[in-house]
Amino acid sequence: MGLIAREIERAGIPTLSMSSAWDVTFAVRPPRAVFVNFPLNHQTGKANDPRLQRQILLDALRAFELFWAPGMMLTLPYVWDPRDASWEEKDFGPGFELYGVGEAMQEGFAERKLGRAQA
Amino acid sequence: MPIAYIQRTRERYADYPPYKWAVNTEAPWTPLPKPIKECRLALVSSGGFYLKSQPPFEKDDTSYRAIPKDTDLKELRIYHHGYRDADADLDPNCVFPLDRLRELEAAGVLGALVDPAITFVINYSHRKEIQERAPKIVAELKAAKADAALLVPV
Repeated sequence: MGLIAREIERAGIPTLSMSSAWDVTFAVRPPRAVFVNFPLNHQTGKANDPRLQRQILLDALRAFELFWAPGMMLTLPYVWDPRDASWEEKDFGPGFELYGVGEAMQEGFAERKLGRAQA
Repeated sequence: MPIAYIQRTRERYADYPPYKWAVNTEAPWTPLPKPIKECRLALVSSGGFYLKSQPPFEKDDTSYRAIPKDTDLKELRIYHHGYRDADADLDPNCVFPLDRLRELEAAGVLGALVDPAITFVINYSHRKEIQERAPKIVAELKAAKADAALLVPV
């Protein structure tokens, strides 16, 4: 997505990328990024926590207005669990199951409905 | 502390040819033309979300899906090569914050939320992303008169 961000920006539309992978984002260098140190794919908040989701977005949008030079990345001050950082040892590590709820994958892809947990 | 995902990816896929991460030391820049509260803001996600009425993504494709901004998130599906989506299943707003952005639009924090939101699945070919997918997304954003874009990579 960082490559796409750079092309959108080059085409004249300013972008803000929301990242939960600091090293990947720093490498590809999108024009503006905010980093939230949450497990991958939770960079706009925890599930079913609309208050937190809203606050993260408000901070991200405020940051959007503050960035003043290309390639800046700001870490937003959110902590996934103040009492337990053990997820950092596991996320995407050895044996980490990518699909939490799931059906068999085909060639590494899977087609999945949402709302499975409620079904 | 931030996690070394590039290292972990290397270890996870040690049996495959190593993925070449894009590395840039500078970035393009377009100034934000006006405050966010006056901007038409677009949501762009590489989380592979699509609607039942749309064709799913395919391996190595460079297409995108237009998700109408009034979509009920329960109608979404995911087609993707790999992420833990148990929480996205419970509440897509943790990675595709369409409900929250609609609320921020209603509250006047944004000028407007661009209709539609754009979704796709990233391709491992940098060339295809830059030369094939990016122009389609830029054209869609321009047609929708987006002033700014909020990107949520997966």
